[in-house]
Amino acid sequence: MQRRIIKDKLFEIIIIILAMVSTLPLILILFQIVKKGIASINWSFFVNLPQPPGETGGGVSNAILGTFILIVIAGVFSILLGVLGGTFISEYKDKKISELIRLCVNIFQGIPSIVIGIIVYIWIVMPLHRFSALSGGIALGIMMLPLIVKSTEETLRLIPSSLKEASLALGASYTTTMLRVILPAGINGILSGILISVSRVAGETAPLLFTAFGNPFMNFNIFKPVDSLPLLIFNYSMSPYPEWHSIAWGASFVLISFIIILNILTKMVSRKWKTVF
Amino acid sequence: MENGILKILNFYAGYNVKTILTNINLSIPSNKVISIMGPSGCGKTTLIRCINRMHELQPDANFKGRILLNEKNIFETSPILVRRKIGMVFQKPNPFPTMSIYDNVVSGYILNGIKMPRIEKDRIVEETLRKVYLWDEVMDSLHRKGTFLSGGQQQRLCIARAMAMNPEIILLDEPTSALDPKATAKIEELITKIKKSVTVILVTHNTAQAARVSDFTAFLYLGELVEYGSTEKLFTTPKDKRTEEYLTGKFG
Amino acid sequence: MLFGAGILLLLLLTGIFFTLLIGSIPAIKASGIKFLSGTSWNPVTGVYGAVPFVIGTLLTSFLALFISLPFSFSISLFLGEYFKKGALAEFLNYATDILASIPSVIYGFWGLLFLVPIVRKFELSFHILPYGVGIFTASLILAVMIIPYTSYLAKEVILLVPQDIKEAAYSLGATRSEVIRKVIVPYSRSGIFAGILLSLGRALGETMAVTMVIGNSNLIPGSIFSPGNTMASVIANEFTEATNDVHLSALIELGLLLFIITGIINFIGNIIIKKLSIKG
Repeated sequence: MQRRIIKDKLFEIIIIILAMVSTLPLILILFQIVKKGIASINWSFFVNLPQPPGETGGGVSNAILGTFILIVIAGVFSILLGVLGGTFISEYKDKKISELIRLCVNIFQGIPSIVIGIIVYIWIVMPLHRFSALSGGIALGIMMLPLIVKSTEETLRLIPSSLKEASLALGASYTTTMLRVILPAGINGILSGILISVSRVAGETAPLLFTAFGNPFMNFNIFKPVDSLPLLIFNYSMSPYPEWHSIAWGASFVLISFIIILNILTKMVSRKWKTVF
Repeated sequence: MENGILKILNFYAGYNVKTILTNINLSIPSNKVISIMGPSGCGKTTLIRCINRMHELQPDANFKGRILLNEKNIFETSPILVRRKIGMVFQKPNPFPTMSIYDNVVSGYILNGIKMPRIEKDRIVEETLRKVYLWDEVMDSLHRKGTFLSGGQQQRLCIARAMAMNPEIILLDEPTSALDPKATAKIEELITKIKKSVTVILVTHNTAQAARVSDFTAFLYLGELVEYGSTEKLFTTPKDKRTEEYLTGKFG
Repeated sequence: MLFGAGILLLLLLTGIFFTLLIGSIPAIKASGIKFLSGTSWNPVTGVYGAVPFVIGTLLTSFLALFISLPFSFSISLFLGEYFKKGALAEFLNYATDILASIPSVIYGFWGLLFLVPIVRKFELSFHILPYGVGIFTASLILAVMIIPYTSYLAKEVILLVPQDIKEAAYSLGATRSEVIRKVIVPYSRSGIFAGILLSLGRALGETMAVTMVIGNSNLIPGSIFSPGNTMASVIANEFTEATNDVHLSALIELGLLLFIITGIINFIGNIIIKKLSIKG
């Protein structure tokens, strides 16, 4: 009897300890990024270009701009298609084809990012004979697609069908109903899905290795290679130079902050703009 | 009734700041069926969940007072031991969906880590299932999952599960509220039979059921014990006006 | 228009599969079945056997799973059973959320500068060749990375266990740990398994963090402390430097293999989740 109670307590204590220990890596990672990252961040870090090894200073402005360009291209590629696709499977939920698409989207989500890189290399880099921001953006866009499709579908599924019927009963056309009634009612879910998908791909590196490729200079041309923060972190951290390591810490800090801010923003959007039915 | 197997003394219970039961005093004689009836929300379920210390499992639950099982305060005994001596059957039939019918019957032993020889287990399973009149219906499918059984059969399996531990008291929390009339009749018949080996405390909001099966009845209203006595007396000559009103269907 | 978008999504996935298949043809022609059975990968001599990378991938992924399971299981019980609310639960929820959103390249960077020296010290004290980098280090990083995924899904299924079944077990005198072991775990077994599968899929395809700490050796790893390569990491390393068409095609074939393996694993995982109708 006594033994069972002791065993029960012991089990609980082990669970608590293991659960808490799991957060240790996070605390260590965040602590080091904040400590070493802030130390290497100053104004020139945001506006200057990288310096050759051995010289101090230098910034990551090219990578910040590149990340921005890549995300815009990814958004253009994926948002419309993703929202429409998600609407399709929620509108025709009982059809076989929706079932198939849903399965596809789930498998899609599990495709390793490096494989997406190969695909975009074959589809875009090979025909154009060059690495480019365009190909990198599309690679990220393909990765955003399943997330947007799923969040759109889940949001629309929660909208009561009476809303749609009410609009149709007023004589509104199907398209008007979708555009003016249904999609606005689900705007919080759709928008937070888009934001969360951006935060997921903002840190992606593998699909950019052979698409956006990286570029130590400022570049606005989407048909030329660009740098991105994760690519820069990869290249600099694999280098033997301590100055470059500290730039990589700084870039990690900027990237993590960006992602955490996006996550907070997502939570705010999904709470604030929530439509109450 | 001074020598009841279970005595509830000056008992209060509730959640957070909300009091549900106030000053309950009740003595329960052994090997009888005792009904606790009252309108919904009167605290019937809370009361029996206190008797086997299930009330404390909820967050924010509190209580005050004593409950004596064989003159021993259950709050000074380990809840695990209390629950083994006081079995419980719930409103909705809830056999363990991952266990076979056989394992469900002996699940109390499995869960408590009690090992015993196969023959012993076989004996307990057959004996208990016979007690609840389920043996003939399931003897050929003992090792299938219990989920294919009808609602009434499932509830009898749950009673068997509680009975298999040889408890001194068994608590039935509106055991027939999810069942059809035919299954209900079977359970009621079962209740009057099992009191030979166990004391039964039955929570019900169905006055007719209380009248049909119980030897004693307690009427609970707004967390207060209004009246308690032999079922016959309480139904024919209620002392309190509220009991009379409840029995004549004025409220509840 | 909606229909068009749906079809486009289907085409995209089938397009990915066929692109990989067509891209692999030169390598399939050159190596045939030897690709799957060959134990040596040497672009200079034109020998492409994927076995070292398949072993590297399986070894790192399963080792990571093995390391992470006690932790993710504890988190899921902590959040799904012991402390559903409260400050600690809130903290743990946020922590796993952030763990899941840290980019893999940052895990790799941290692993390189923090974990590798520790592993090297450890190896020195046990008289193992002190590479620091290698299968073991990669598994450690991977374990940290997949904890949020397994624990999230497991927590969701543990929360699905009906209260009345748990109460029935308590009413028979079971302690909490007995209820967990004999009622909650059997009830949520298939969901937990699905969570493990999906995490495995993630570990198999994880690229950056692994590439940065695995040591990039194309030999079959002699022990878990040896350097090695996974399918994903060898693609990352050699793709832009592919010496000729067959080399490139062999890397694409590795991608195809990875696609098929992760596809099957995700397929099974999703089917289980759909049956349980939890949000994944």
